[in-house]
Amino acid sequence: MPYQIDLDSFKGPLDLLLHLIRKNEMDIYDIPIAEITAQYLATIEAMKSLNLDVAGEFLVMAATLLHIKSRLLLPRDSEEAPEELELDPRAELVQRLLEYQKYIDAAVSLDALPVLGRDVFVRSNAALEEDESEEAEWEPVGLFELVAAFRDLVQDNAEESFHEVDRERLSVTDRINQILAALADRSSLAFGELLAGVVSRSEVVVTFLAMLELVKMRLARLMQNGRGGPIWLYAVEGVGDSCQVQDESLGYC
Amino acid sequence: MSPLVTADPKAIIEGLLLVADGPVRPVHIAEVLEVEPAQALALLQELQAEYDSAGRGFALHSVDGGFQLRTRPEHAEWLRRFRKSRPFRFSRAALETLAIVAYRQPVTRAEIDYLRGVDSGGVVRTLLDKRLIRILGKKDVPGKPLIYGTSREFLELFGLQDLTGLPTLKEFNDLPPDMLSAMDLPPEEQKILEDPSPS
Repeated sequence: MPYQIDLDSFKGPLDLLLHLIRKNEMDIYDIPIAEITAQYLATIEAMKSLNLDVAGEFLVMAATLLHIKSRLLLPRDSEEAPEELELDPRAELVQRLLEYQKYIDAAVSLDALPVLGRDVFVRSNAALEEDESEEAEWEPVGLFELVAAFRDLVQDNAEESFHEVDRERLSVTDRINQILAALADRSSLAFGELLAGVVSRSEVVVTFLAMLELVKMRLARLMQNGRGGPIWLYAVEGVGDSCQVQDESLGYC
Repeated sequence: MSPLVTADPKAIIEGLLLVADGPVRPVHIAEVLEVEPAQALALLQELQAEYDSAGRGFALHSVDGGFQLRTRPEHAEWLRRFRKSRPFRFSRAALETLAIVAYRQPVTRAEIDYLRGVDSGGVVRTLLDKRLIRILGKKDVPGKPLIYGTSREFLELFGLQDLTGLPTLKEFNDLPPDMLSAMDLPPEEQKILEDPSPS
């Protein structure tokens, strides 16, 4: 491999081109197209040899480079459209690169601003205000918090050790419809409430799956009052008791 | 300010700022104090100057058309320790996309993709989920693509009063003239580029 390049770090063909220009200390306004095309193609080859999927965008850029190169090689036809400005075939590419560079710089200066929660902080909500007020900041629940909540639930409902065959099984679909019915009465349910009266671990799992299905079907949203706060299940606007979920719509029952 | 004639209005405002949940607009303060908005604004600016000159641990930042007490960036390390939080980092893709939306809004997905040279669908969705950008509407061109802009949360996150407070974009005016002719910036962008006022 002729170039030592961290392939993962390239955000796209423009990024790669800018990197090659910087690395070779090329003049961006006078890019040696033959040279950069060779290096660009070599990088793509390297990506292929590492079995990386070369995204289509990289190939489009390769074609663009070759096209520019061929236009530079061809003699200019002075009779054809003499009024048209004789644009450098590289101009459009250079413009895109400069535009992109501009937003890379802009991204850096954005990052340098005093970011709330990273560089500057505001007073955290005093405990007294953490009642049921609508003003409280609700934020979507992240995957890890969900997993943690689930782990807590399963631990709280450790499998009991006696053997008893119990055929009365609750399907995910039934549970979904139960939750939907509950949500029709009240617009929100606390995560813990969902499991009121649930004893066995399998019921916990079924409930959890039902909840995830609801979120996936966009019938409900999981929100949390600040990081680490209790998780709430919210009905999505317009979901009422008219909603009934059929067994067939799920992969299991 | 009839009923409050004995109290120092600046001290009252200080209290309001302390308990406020977000940036407080001068109009809101004017309503509470029963004074003119201009007077509320002047008092807020006085407070701002006082905090700065006294070197307090907090400052009165102008954010999203309002005022908010925020800690000083140079104390970030101690505050993070206190909060037991690690400094979060934006991904490059997120920052680039955010920058493009911020400076070029209203902007379509296709324009973002073109500028970045890569598909930006995932990043755009993440930024929408985090409510840093929002859908402004649909562009009246074939396909009616959605157009995006930044949100108030964006201004709050980066501590900006409004979009004119964005850092100035670097200009590429050192281009040779023959290449400059190829640069056909849309007029509205030029306006944004030339109109950055110091924050």
